[in-house]
This record gives sequence, C-alpha cells and structure tokens, in this order.
Amino acid sequence: MTPVPTARKIDTGKQRQARIVGGLLIALAVLVLFVFAPDAPGAATFRLSRPTDPWVVPNLVIPAGPFTYAIAALLAFLGVRQFLRGGVRWTSISLGFGLALLVAAFLVWATTGKAFSLTGMLQATVVRAVPIALGGLAGVLSERVAVVNIAIEGMLLAGAFAGALAGSVLGGVGGLFAAVAIGGLFGFILAALVVTYRMDQIIAGVVINLFVLGLTSYVSSQVFQEYRHLNNAPVFRSIKIPLLGDIPVIGPVFFNQNLFVYGAVIMVLVATYYLFYTRTGLRARAVGEHPKAADTLGINVYRVRYINVTLAGMVAGFGGAWFTLGSVGRFDEGMTGGRGYIGLAAMIFGRWHPVGALMAALVFGFADSLQQKLALLQTPIPSEFLAMAPYIATIIVVAGLIGRARAPAADGEAYVKE
Amino acid sequence: MTNETTDRVVKAKLIGRTDFEDMILVPVIAVVAALLLGALTMLLTNVDLATIVRSYVALAVGSFGSLNALSETLTAATPLVLAGLGLALGFRAGLFNIGAEGQILMGGMAAVIFGFSFAGLPSAILLPLSLLAGVLGGALYASIAGWLRATTGAHEVILTIMLNSIAYRLVDFMLSMPAIQKAGRADPISKPVPEAAELPRLLTWIDPNLRVHAGVFLMLAAVIVVYWVLFKSKLGFEFRASGKNPEAARFAGMRSGLIIVSAMAAAGGLAGLAGANQVLGVLGRATPGFSAGIGFTAISVALLGRSHPVGVLIAGLLFGALEAGGRQMQVDAGVSIDLISIIQALIIVFIAAPLLVRAIFPWGFRKAAGSRE
Amino acid sequence: MDVELRGITKRFGEVVANADVNLTIRAGEVLGLLGENGAGKSTLMNVLSGLYRPDEGEILIDGKPVAFDGPGDAIRAGIGMVHQHFMLVPVFSVAENVVLGVEPTGKFDFLDLKTARRQVREINQKYGLEVDPDAKIETLPVGVQQRVEIIKVLFRSADVLILDEPTAVLTPQEVLEFFEIVKALRDAGKALVFITHKLNEILEIADRISVIRAGRIVGEGDPKKLNRKELAEMMVGRPVSFDVIKAPYAPGRDILEVKDVTILRDNDEIAVDHVSLSVKSGEIVGIAGVQGNGQSALIEALTGLRRVASGAVLYLGDDITHASVRARHKMGVAHIPEDRHRAGMIADFTVAENMVLDTYYDERFSSGPQINWKAVNARTAEFTHDFDIRTPSVFAQAGHLSGGNQQKLVVARELSRETKLVVAGQPTRGLDVGSIEYIHQRLVEARDTGDGVLIVSSELDEILALSDRILVMFKGRIVAEFDATKGTVDKGAIGLAMAGVAA
Repeated sequence: MTPVPTARKIDTGKQRQARIVGGLLIALAVLVLFVFAPDAPGAATFRLSRPTDPWVVPNLVIPAGPFTYAIAALLAFLGVRQFLRGGVRWTSISLGFGLALLVAAFLVWATTGKAFSLTGMLQATVVRAVPIALGGLAGVLSERVAVVNIAIEGMLLAGAFAGALAGSVLGGVGGLFAAVAIGGLFGFILAALVVTYRMDQIIAGVVINLFVLGLTSYVSSQVFQEYRHLNNAPVFRSIKIPLLGDIPVIGPVFFNQNLFVYGAVIMVLVATYYLFYTRTGLRARAVGEHPKAADTLGINVYRVRYINVTLAGMVAGFGGAWFTLGSVGRFDEGMTGGRGYIGLAAMIFGRWHPVGALMAALVFGFADSLQQKLALLQTPIPSEFLAMAPYIATIIVVAGLIGRARAPAADGEAYVKE
Repeated sequence: MTNETTDRVVKAKLIGRTDFEDMILVPVIAVVAALLLGALTMLLTNVDLATIVRSYVALAVGSFGSLNALSETLTAATPLVLAGLGLALGFRAGLFNIGAEGQILMGGMAAVIFGFSFAGLPSAILLPLSLLAGVLGGALYASIAGWLRATTGAHEVILTIMLNSIAYRLVDFMLSMPAIQKAGRADPISKPVPEAAELPRLLTWIDPNLRVHAGVFLMLAAVIVVYWVLFKSKLGFEFRASGKNPEAARFAGMRSGLIIVSAMAAAGGLAGLAGANQVLGVLGRATPGFSAGIGFTAISVALLGRSHPVGVLIAGLLFGALEAGGRQMQVDAGVSIDLISIIQALIIVFIAAPLLVRAIFPWGFRKAAGSRE
Repeated sequence: MDVELRGITKRFGEVVANADVNLTIRAGEVLGLLGENGAGKSTLMNVLSGLYRPDEGEILIDGKPVAFDGPGDAIRAGIGMVHQHFMLVPVFSVAENVVLGVEPTGKFDFLDLKTARRQVREINQKYGLEVDPDAKIETLPVGVQQRVEIIKVLFRSADVLILDEPTAVLTPQEVLEFFEIVKALRDAGKALVFITHKLNEILEIADRISVIRAGRIVGEGDPKKLNRKELAEMMVGRPVSFDVIKAPYAPGRDILEVKDVTILRDNDEIAVDHVSLSVKSGEIVGIAGVQGNGQSALIEALTGLRRVASGAVLYLGDDITHASVRARHKMGVAHIPEDRHRAGMIADFTVAENMVLDTYYDERFSSGPQINWKAVNARTAEFTHDFDIRTPSVFAQAGHLSGGNQQKLVVARELSRETKLVVAGQPTRGLDVGSIEYIHQRLVEARDTGDGVLIVSSELDEILALSDRILVMFKGRIVAEFDATKGTVDKGAIGLAMAGVAA
C-alpha cells in the first residue's frame, strides 16, 4: 500500500469558530432541558390582540412541556450538526436561530401558567429600539468616514434637551428641527475638533459627552427649575397607517407607531442607499478606507468627513428627540442613560452597516423590553443581567469569539494633508 | 525626499512646541479660557454680572480660602489623582482605558465587602487588607479588558466602555443580594463599613467636620511609586516602549501580551484603590453608581497632567478644587454645580487640541512659531 | 502634451526637498528620473501631481503656466500619477477603484457600476491590459494591482503618466511585462516619467535621463551614450564601487539549521511550506524572492516573533523552535528588522533608551527591578563613538537623527552584542548609497569574524553582491539554490526561479 500524502489541512480560525458555536448550542440545549423544563404540566398564554382590534386573533396557547423538549432537541440537533460538520457558512445563521430558540423557551417557561401580551412586548421592542438604532446609524455614518464616534451619547442627550426646550416654545415640529440642528451642531464640533484641530478622536468624543452632560444638567437645574413651562413639550402620538395597521400582530408592532419609528426606518434605508449605491457614498467609504487614495483622486477628505460627521450628529439629534418629544415631553438630567453606548454596540454588532445596526438595535430593544416584563412575570432571574446583555454581546463580538467584525480600515486615524 | 522625512518634518511642525508652551502655557490658557467660557455660559442663562463675580469668588474661597475648603479640595482630589495615575500609566503604555469608572466601582465593592465581612479584625490589619481588596477588585476587572485585548486584539476603548456599563448593573445587582444589602432596607444599599476599616480622618482634632482623611497619604505615595515605575524601573521602560511603538517593543523581545495585561491591571488597581478610598474614607458604604463620574473626570485629570505623575497630582488638585469650590458656589451664589462639569470639559478641549488654543490665542505663541518656520 | 517644470523649489520647514528644478516632459517619450532614496524625486512628482504646492517656480503645460490647487486640478489637466505605494482601496472592486472621483452616475446620484465595468473593459482592450473589473483589490496580486493603477490614470484620460518606483514590487518577469505596457503607452503618444534608483532599468526603458541629487538636477543625458558607472557617479556624487570585498569563503560549523519548517500567517494561510535550510559560521546566505512569498514569516519565525507550526529550528545544535525572542537574543541572535523605523527603534525615545531597547534587562544596565541609567548612558556614549553615530547627545530623541544615523543606531545595537547569527530583512531598502555601503560592510565584517549571516532581500543585485549561497523562495518553498562562491551566478536563472519557473 502506498502512503497517502498528508493533506494540507490547517485548523483554520473559521472551523474553530464553527466548533465553538456548536459547543455553545449543545450547552444551550442542556440549559433549556434542565432549567426551563417545567415542573408540572401547564401552558403559556400569549395574547396577540386586544378585544378592541378589528380582527381579533385567538390567543397563542403553548403547552410548556412538549414545547421545551422540542426546543432542546432542536438546539441539540443544530449544535451536533455544527460540531461535526463544521459548516462554516451556517455558523452565524445557526447561532442566531439558536439564540431565538433560547429566547422562545425562556418566554414560555416564564409565562407558564400565566398570560401576557406578546404583541405589546414586540411593540415596546420596536419603540425601545429607536434611539439605539439611530445612535447606531450615527455611528455608522461617522465611522464609515473613519471618525470614531464615542460622542453618540452626548449627541442623543443634546437632541433630547433641544427637543424639550424648543418643543416647549415652538411646538413639536419646532422641537424636532431644533433637536436635529443641535445634534448636527455637535457633529460639526466633533468634526472640527478631530479634523481641523486634530484632537484625538476618542478624547474628543469623551469630552463632548462630558460637556453635553454638564451643559444640559446645568441648564435644567439653573433654568428649568425656575421656568417649568420651558420644559413641557408636546409629544408626537402614534400614527396608524390605514389597512396595514389593522393586520393582527404586525399592524400594531410596525404600522401603528409614532413619527420616530417611521423616521428611523426611513433613515436607515436612505443611509443604506446613500452609502452603498451612490457616488457620494462611494467617495465617503473611500475616505474611511484609504483617505490618501481618495485625496490623490481629488476627493476633499476633510470636507467629506465634516459633512458625514455632521449628518451623523443630525441623525443622533433626531434620535435624542425621541426621549422627550417621542415619549415623556420633559427633559431630565442624563436621561439617555447610556443608550448612546448601546448604539455604539449596535453599530459594531451590525458590522458598520445601517441595516445591521437596525437589526442589532431590535435585538437590544427586545432585551430592554424583556427586562421590563421580567418584573411583571416574577421570574427569579435578576433583570440586571438582561440589562447587561447588549454590552456582553458586544464584547463577544469585538473579541472575535463568534466571527469578527471589520471596521473601516482608517477608523480613528487623523488624516494629515501634506 | 522620502515619505519618512516628510513625515518627520510634518510631525516636528505639529508637536515641536517648546516644553514651556506644552507644559505650562497651554494648560494655563486652557484653565483661564474655560473659566471665561463658564462665565459666558452663566451670562447666557440669565445670571447677572454681580452673581457671576460672586460665584467665582465663592469658587476660590470654597477651594482654597479656609482650612475646611482645603480639606474639601484634598478630599475631592484624592480619588481623582489615584484613578488619574492609573489612567496615565495606561496612556503611557498605549492603552486608552476609559474603564476607570467601572474599575472604581468594582474596587469599591470589593473593599466594602471585605470590610464588613471581616469586621472583627483589628484596624491595623483590616484597613490595609480592605484597601488591598479594592486594588485587587479594580485590577481584576481591568484585567478582563487587558486579557481580551492581548489575546484577541479587541480594542480596549470599546471593551472598557462596555465594561463600565456592565459594572453599573453588576453593582445594582450586588447591592440587592441579601449578603451585601443592609439589613432591613428595601433600596439597594450595602452594609456599612466597620469603623476599623475606615480611613482615619486627620484633622478632627481641630474641627470634627473636616473630612480630609488618610487617603491623602495614599495619594502621595502613589504619585511617588508611579513615578518610580514609569521612569526608573524595567517594567516602566517596557510600558513606555510598547506605548510608543508596540512593534519595536515586540521585536526587542518584550512580551506585548503580558505588558498589556499588567499595564491594565496596574491601571485598574489604582482605580480600584480610588474606589476603596471613596467607600472607606468618604462614603462609608456602597450605593448604586457611587463612583459618581470620578472615572471620567480622571481621564481629564490624566490628560491635563500630561500623563506625568506630578502633572496628574497638580491636575487632580485643580479639579478637586473646582469640585470643592463648586459646592460653595452653589450655596453662596445659587449657581448650579453642574457648571463645574462644563468648565472641566472645556479645559480638556483646550488641552487636547493645542492647535485650537493656538488658533484662538495666536499671540502667546507667535514668537516661538516664527523662530521655527 | 508637453509639460515643463521651471525653477521648482519646495521646502519642508528648514529642509529643502527641491531646489530650482527644471524639467521637460514630452509626448511620446519616456523620461527617466534617476535619483537616490531621499534625493527629492517623489517630492518633485508630488508637486507635479498637485499633492504639494511648490514654494517657488511654475509648471507650464504646452507653454501655458498652470497652478494646481490639489490633485483634482492636475488630473483635470491630464497628469496622472501611479504611486509607489498603491492608492487603491483594498475592499473595493477594480471598477469602483478606477472610477472613484469621476464616477458615472444616474438619477439620484446613483452609482452606475454597469457603465464603469464597461469602460474598464474598453481600456483593457485598447492597451492590452488584462484585469477583471469585478475582482476585489485585496484578492489581486501586486502586479495586477499596478495595472489597475495604470487603468485608473488612463481612465482619467491622462496624457502624462508619472510612474514612481514602479518595479519595486514586481518579479523580474513582471518587470518585463510592465516594460511592454510602458512602451505601448509611449507609442500611443503618452508622455511618461519613470522614477527609479535602479540603473539597469533606467538604461533599458528611458529615452532621456535626468539625474536628481539632493533636490537638484545634476545631469541629463541620452541612455544610449551613458553607462552604468557614469550614471551611478552622477547620482551619488562620487565614484561608487559595486563590489563588496570579502575574506575568502571558509565556512565553519552549522550555526542555524531549519528542518522541514511550516509557518502560518495570521489568517492561518500557509506562509512557509516545509522549508529546510542551514547557515554556517562564516558565510552569508541570501534568500532571494519577490516580497510576499513567505520570507518575512520565515524571518519572524527564526527570531521568535512567529510560531512555528511544524518542523524544528536548531541553533548551534540546540532546539530553539519555541524559544522566546529574548531567549534567542541572549543566545546571540541579532535581528536587523526589515522596517527599522517601525520595528527597530522608537522615534520618541532618546538615543540611550533605544540603545538598550533589547538589553535593558541585562545586569550591565539594571539591578533588580531598577534600570541603572548612568551605566546605560555611559555605554551609549561609547557605542555612538564606535559606530560613528552623529548625535548631539545620548539624550537626543532618536527620531531627530538623520535617516542614516537611525540606521546605524539599530545596526550598532544589534551587532554590539555577542552575536553568532545575524538575521537581516531587506537590509538596505530605502537607503542612500552611503548607508548601503555602511550596512553591507558591517554584515560582511560579521561574516568574516565567524558569524552566520542570513539575508532576505528582494533586490537581486544586493543578494548577488553579498551572498555565498543563494536560496530562492517562491510561494513558501525554497525552489532553487545557487552556489555563489564559484564564479558568477546566472542572474536569469535566479529571476526565473523567483517567478516560480522551476529550473
């Protein structure tokens, strides 16, 4: 027998990843089996529509036992398949599907013997995703031209503040315009600091956050305390889109929302078209990947950066207005509560793509609304851990444990002409 | 002419300031300009001129004008300097650690938990060990970011931002655990630190209200130790080498992964000490978000101090003075203390963008600039 | 289109990069611009391509003065530059790169990539270039990337093409193909400027030669009437000897043995594929090959910077396959890295700090955890004297030294240790002739005193001048070996091996 030449098989990182994911899925199956398996037979009831809706859909009643076992089996199957076959192409799809299954099992377990409104939670998910998605989009716009945007948090806060102040004086639409303008102003300031004055991008972002927090807190304690009518803006109500809004489940979730939800979706779509299908977008991305090359071709690197970072600020300003004009109509100190950082996370999670950022924002929004529901369902799982989920997920992504995201090549670097 | 030479010429043009300008003139201008802009902010928010003058007088009196003011300034400065030293150490090693806030929280929690868990020990043992627990808590938490950075190359800025957010939630969670939560309380608050674990107050023999405590000595000792580490020790040489040029450091046989982890751990340890200093010297217990933004202000302190231990000490004292004076300002002139945050942020804008200072105040630099061209 | 540069002067602070340069570029002609590294060639061409603004002088196109406010103006005037470091966006496709800045668009600013692809194909056909418009740049070999750069310039209907050190990254075979493209462009009526420091190439391709030295044009001439020696003297400003004087070849024991070693790149691709080689005491082994064929990975593995996936590395008979960088330093391995600026020194550190960058831990320089700076400074003062490093003091910032002195600093540090093996990657890339001579001399000295020396270089002339034995690396394997101690080696055979054509 002639010796078979040894195959040049190298344990590639992707196969390793596939196996990690496989192991993870199997671990999830075990988790579901042992933690979420019901002690006694029961059923979870999910309400899908309200009695007042035009078409009432019957409640979704899921028998807890069989459902949980089915999910555990499915997870195990996915995991084993992933582990043995090392299907590189299916790694992220399997993982996403696996996580969705886990969430489903968790929901059924938490709801067993009780009932709650699934539609309501999905609606809340979409609403809560809005500032995160817009923050993420602001990050995408500026990082695509290689300006790291830590200042999203500050821009959101500035937008919220301006929306409340101008909204109280000029009405909702005026407030919205002011929010966008102030957001844009801080985008412009960030651009000026890092492009013209070559300040470190991270320092600039941190400083803008500190500055906005200080300024808005100062004004709200110095002025709003005394003149309360300056902090009492109208709120944009939900607009139901005819017909589409009457579809069960989907209608209330997607087509009966306020201006900010529609605005976020439109902005994401427009930004996608802009970045990937237009001449200006091509140039912007070139500036983010290889500014010197863009410069040698006559593209004004500085101007492109100014414009895009200012646009990013405007998007974040609009997102900031959600906090005041889109929900409570009143500004409170530090009311964005770190949403900007989750937006940053959504940007990374969404791999610097507007649609990706939106999807990530929906996932994070779901975690957020789930966290609120946990208290209602009285589960023994502390809500703090769900609140941490977006951050932990981001760490996992940037550490490249499950697929690595690739930032624009020149991200964070100042471009010095001549 | 090669690109290298061009690069060097360009760089010399940008950063070739004289030491005097860099170290003294820019910081002084930054502070003065920030105070002026602070006054402008007050004017714009309908504060009359007399009140503005009164508030700045209060700021000065409240920070240096009396024994109590000095005591308050030192009390506020201590955690800023400690955490700022940690950040400076990280900056020197090329690590942009934004995570001091989280490290302060973790260090503080560790110190509190250790303190009340071993309440029976004598002070001479319990206090140092509680402080050590704080150092370790911060160091371990920072090491997570360092370790991920070293093994996976993930950027420490993103990692530490995320770890900050996680730390807030983790503290909330811990404070609701029966083993930590104060007995009989429904709100999240920890058991108190036993007296034996408290940092002793120094001047209560003059006036029982003087809050300055033994943390001041920790601060001064830390300045000396960090100076020695950075400029006299082998470890510091490795930190600085990998900070300035990680590639060359690696080629010279320095172990970059180890350096990253140890630099992060050292930075986290100092931040953790700052957290321990707060809970053992000032607060006496842990509450949600007790770090109160010190970790972020410390970034400013490290930058203003040019990542030099002595600079950090001076910058920390200045920022401590602003905080202490700001409280006086709020009381005397009725101007919100949030104005101080604005002034601090503006100082850093001017410090970190010297080109901006030059653009606004060209006359201070004209002579030096002319001699170079 | 004819272009004339008149009295161009460009300064960077106190450094004068170009002084009163006059140059004429004519249609249908290849102008060879010859000069050493740092002579001011690139600055001059950056002035012409609108990237820099000249401090004095003017540019005339067809007799009319023009002023460029940026690269866009130069492009519109018909001047295109192919940069030494390609100006291509790696994640974009060929078509996207080509049209960037002058994109065909539809309604709503829509990027019309269909038209772009068609236009790229048209240029391909017209000039006989073969490039897939949909390929991503990062997947293309450098030779093809260079063609993309040329297409980019032609797409902007440039009449003047500036080629900055275009052959630096090409195999000898690719150079020949490239010369065909250059000739085709010239015959199509384009004016070309060919910038290089390589004498052979300029004699082969140029119709007219201008020589630049220290920012000034020091000579012009006809390649048919000039020879290598005259050109070299003109370029350097003094007589140059191309020969390196070495002691007779007297190899000793094996210093380094590499046995069946496989090394992976960061992305797990195989960089070095079952390679075996040895370096003996008293010999210089040169590894020839086009960049990117695994030489860098090999050097990194030999110096402990990269993991060896399989096989063994022996040093004086001991297995050092997994020894750390520092362990190897202590055993007497010196490493002069490829990119000394990036990997060899720290520009912001003082000369003294740089001098002990890899010996600070030694007991000569430190006690316990503390560094003895007095000893460091004293020792550095000795070295700067011995190695003729011109510095105002040992406390001067290394980055403020001249390029040549920075080189000497790195060489001094590495060779002043007790060494038995010297590993040098691209030892003279980017240096002027003076520094090249200095480094060659030091490497030969190391050999003559009994060290084993391993050199990796993509400059065939350098390999030929220094080596006792020559190995050729292609796609991670050693594909040929030549003995250079007996008579001259067939340069053509090496070139073929470098291109992967097995002998």
